[in-house]
Amino acid sequence: MEVLFALTIGLLTAVGIYLMLRLRSFPVILGLTFLSYAVNLFIFSAGRLKTAAAPIVGTVEAPTDPLPQALVLTAIVISFGMTAVIVMMALGAWLELGHDGTDPASGTPEDRG
Amino acid sequence: MNSPARRASLPATIRPEEDPSRMSPALIAALPFLGAILAALAGWLGRGAAALTAGAATALALAGLLSHAPAILNGTPVTATFDWLPALGMNASFRIDGLGLMFAGLILGIGLLIILYARFYLAPSEPMARFLTCLMLFQGAMTGIVLSDNILLLLVFWELTSLSSFLLIGWWSHLPEGRQGARMALAVTGGGGIALIAGMLILGRIAGSHELSVILQSREAILASPLYPLALALILLGAFAKSAQFPFHFWLPHAMAAPTPVSAYLHSATMVKAGLYLMARLWPVLSGTAEWTVAVAGAGLLTMLLGAKVALFRDDLKAILAWSTVSHLGLITFLLGLGTKAAASAAMLHVLAHASFKAALFMVAGIVDHATHIRDLRRLGGLRRAMPLTFVLALVAALSMAGIPPLNGFLSKEAMLENAALTTPLVALLALAGALLSVAYSLRFLAGIFLGPPMETRAHDPGPGLWLAPALLVAIVIASGLMPMAVFGPFVEAAASATTGTPVHAHIALWHGLASPALWMSLAALGGGLVLLGLYPRLRAVWEAAPLPEAKAVFEATTDALARACRRATDLLNDGRLSRSIFAATAVIVALAAWAFLTGPHAAGNRPLLPLEFAPLAGWVLLTAAAIATAFRHRNRVLALLLTGIVGLMLSAAFAWASAPDLALTQITVEVVTILLMLLALNFLPDETPRESTSLRRARDAALAAAAGIGAGLLAFALMTRDPAFPRVSDYHWAQSKPGAGGTNAVNTIIVDFRGYDTYGEITVLGIAALVIFALAASVLSSRTALDRLAGLKLARNAGDPHPPMLVAATRFLMPPAILVGIFIYLRGHNLPGGGFVAGLVVSIAILLQYIASGFVWSERRLRFGHQSLIGAGVLVATLTGAAAWAMGWPFLTSGYTHIHPWPLDEVELTTAALFDLGVFLCVLGGVLLALSTLSRLAQHTADREL
Repeated sequence: MEVLFALTIGLLTAVGIYLMLRLRSFPVILGLTFLSYAVNLFIFSAGRLKTAAAPIVGTVEAPTDPLPQALVLTAIVISFGMTAVIVMMALGAWLELGHDGTDPASGTPEDRG
Repeated sequence: MNSPARRASLPATIRPEEDPSRMSPALIAALPFLGAILAALAGWLGRGAAALTAGAATALALAGLLSHAPAILNGTPVTATFDWLPALGMNASFRIDGLGLMFAGLILGIGLLIILYARFYLAPSEPMARFLTCLMLFQGAMTGIVLSDNILLLLVFWELTSLSSFLLIGWWSHLPEGRQGARMALAVTGGGGIALIAGMLILGRIAGSHELSVILQSREAILASPLYPLALALILLGAFAKSAQFPFHFWLPHAMAAPTPVSAYLHSATMVKAGLYLMARLWPVLSGTAEWTVAVAGAGLLTMLLGAKVALFRDDLKAILAWSTVSHLGLITFLLGLGTKAAASAAMLHVLAHASFKAALFMVAGIVDHATHIRDLRRLGGLRRAMPLTFVLALVAALSMAGIPPLNGFLSKEAMLENAALTTPLVALLALAGALLSVAYSLRFLAGIFLGPPMETRAHDPGPGLWLAPALLVAIVIASGLMPMAVFGPFVEAAASATTGTPVHAHIALWHGLASPALWMSLAALGGGLVLLGLYPRLRAVWEAAPLPEAKAVFEATTDALARACRRATDLLNDGRLSRSIFAATAVIVALAAWAFLTGPHAAGNRPLLPLEFAPLAGWVLLTAAAIATAFRHRNRVLALLLTGIVGLMLSAAFAWASAPDLALTQITVEVVTILLMLLALNFLPDETPRESTSLRRARDAALAAAAGIGAGLLAFALMTRDPAFPRVSDYHWAQSKPGAGGTNAVNTIIVDFRGYDTYGEITVLGIAALVIFALAASVLSSRTALDRLAGLKLARNAGDPHPPMLVAATRFLMPPAILVGIFIYLRGHNLPGGGFVAGLVVSIAILLQYIASGFVWSERRLRFGHQSLIGAGVLVATLTGAAAWAMGWPFLTSGYTHIHPWPLDEVELTTAALFDLGVFLCVLGGVLLALSTLSRLAQHTADREL
């Protein structure tokens, strides 16, 4: 199972970085989401994998590590906040400038002229 | 955690030799800073009040200093030590010995006169209080330097002098010369300060302590250390830059763009003497070696000659004084460099003499400038009749600078010549040349202003406010010249004893007998100086014909070239293209990781793997397919978003499988909210991403992404196949979850209790993020172009009824149970999977469904309170819960709990952590709703808005 998790982390990282290197704001935001998935999964798996051992006192003797879970839980919520800010920035740029390119030279009819 | 032991060590530990009836050295150093604040406040009452306040603080510090004088002059230093950052070897320790007494006396004494002078010098339109605040900050920093007994503390004060002098030199910031002069001074002295930090740290490392009193006892260890030459070079770099020694002398004349009181203070008595102080302070441990003598005496001699020569050919009054200051600083450096006790004693004498006559001369130059508005020597002349009092003051001070008996400048210059005569004939000759030039420029300065045919002017002597301060200094010049042992003797002896570390008995006298070579050298200097003045027109022609490098041009060219190089390097990595900076950053990380992997040892892990299971494998296949499809089909944005949702869903399944029910709940609810957010954004953004990059570029990006992915995957695998190297931190959390925090869900107790402070910060950040979105939207909606573009958008493309009745009815029916579920999840969170984060998200989704089904206008109209107030309430509840612990005498956010039995219910647990979780719940709810409703608010400005 560890192999599957490692493959997933690698794949999510790769897709995230590939999308972040695109030239429009929307794929960059998607890429950031993928990278957040990868990082969260990585931090979580740093607690090592264990099944049927949720850290609830009284239900198990040797639980999985609760600390990375607490870290990742707040990280998930914070990354939502961050994504929302970036989405708003991208929207603002699009409405203000009329293009959604992330590079100064790309994607604008005005700029190209 | 705060241990009581550490707290107990905070108060001052008073050393036995400290006399409680006298002012603590720490207080003496703090008084100018206090004065800076009070002067700023007193500025409301007027100029006089600000000056009086600053003067009173300075006078009080001076009185405190002088109360120690008897003991210090008897050879007993005064100390005070506070533990500050003992772990870094940084103590606030202060010590006043003879050297510190002399320098602190100069700084505070002349500071007092400067405050008086500045009060009457600055035009009524200048902000007096602000000026005095800067001046007092500088005064405090200088006092701190000379009273610190800890080199780290000294370095802090040292940097503070660079910063505060920057403000003072650039006081007239509307003048380009002021800004450029201040920038140059900061660059040179600040750059020197960096070298000094390194040098002092090496010194501290060799001596094994950062206390000066310990370092000064470690001469053998320091001289024997192989690091001695490096430490010496770095320290001298700092001292030379500060004291304007060759080749760093060029900044001082440009700092003359400052108002004259600043020039008189910084460039006669204090800042430029900081470097000299440092060389004197470290004299016992650094001097006496060939390196020291060559570097210090050599630089000093060179600077003395260079400064004197340039001073002779300047016409601006302040420029002459500035270059002569460079020259005299060179003289003192030269004496310190010689390394003998007699020379050190002469150096101390000249520090005092120079401060007195040069400050007086600067003030005189200021008076002349004030009266005539001319500073050019060629246009001035004959002012002796119009300004007789100023003439007398200038006469005495300038003759002292020229080294004419019976003034104090003669004494110190003769002492210098005497010490130079003891070395080689060449050095003696060069020293003589310096003295000769000094005679020439001093007399030229005097004659150029006051002698010759009277100029057309209505100038007259100033009021006592301006002449009192230089008059007092001139009185000292005369008194110390006539009775040197009575006026300067004890201070010079104490300072020289502290400098050399052995008792010194100074023999300062006007007459040493005909056998003294210094007498004949003095006479030669006087005669030669007069001859030089006679030949002046011809020399001037030669000087002007000679090509000379202009230091300012060289400096600016150098800094400009550096700035250009930096900009080129920055542009290479970050030219405003996001894709380029992300590529560069990722490539560096991948390269570093690869380098670490290839050079470091690595072996396979030995932790047993979990067996492959079918259901997770199926989920993995789905996730992988969705992720790969996203990468290939990302141009279709709605499709890419749906695929992303699948990935998120499978991720929450993975969390559920791997014993993290809390994470699974959070991930799935956040996923819903995120998808809603992005769908809203896609309302406005284009549906398609055009194909812009070449296939080569896509291949390059894919290769980098693949490398990063392989690295991340391998790292994760290596981590998961090893057992932790250390005991888990969370073992403590697990064990204490129930007894300590009163909950059985360890994840939740970590969030709301053990790491409550982190969570407190996180919900605040979430709230701020939502407010940022709100503010951004407000700025977008205030822009004409954005509003026009919004008005041109048609959103309801191909959609039939925007609010289908089935959906409306279903969501309204779902609302109460959804909120009930939210409350349930919140309540069980402390013991079972759930909690404020998840509950907040669940309730947000329920409310967002109303927005979707019934529309923005309908939903907003039914809001009883704004989303902002939810965020505020959340943070407030969390804060109050945390602060309530204070009332019990516990640290912030200490939690408590109890169990009650309200009939007819079962046992109910009450915890403060649950209250804190309520804050989390409210903050998450408010943040999510504010973020999404703000986006939908934009839709109200489109062509087909709801009505």
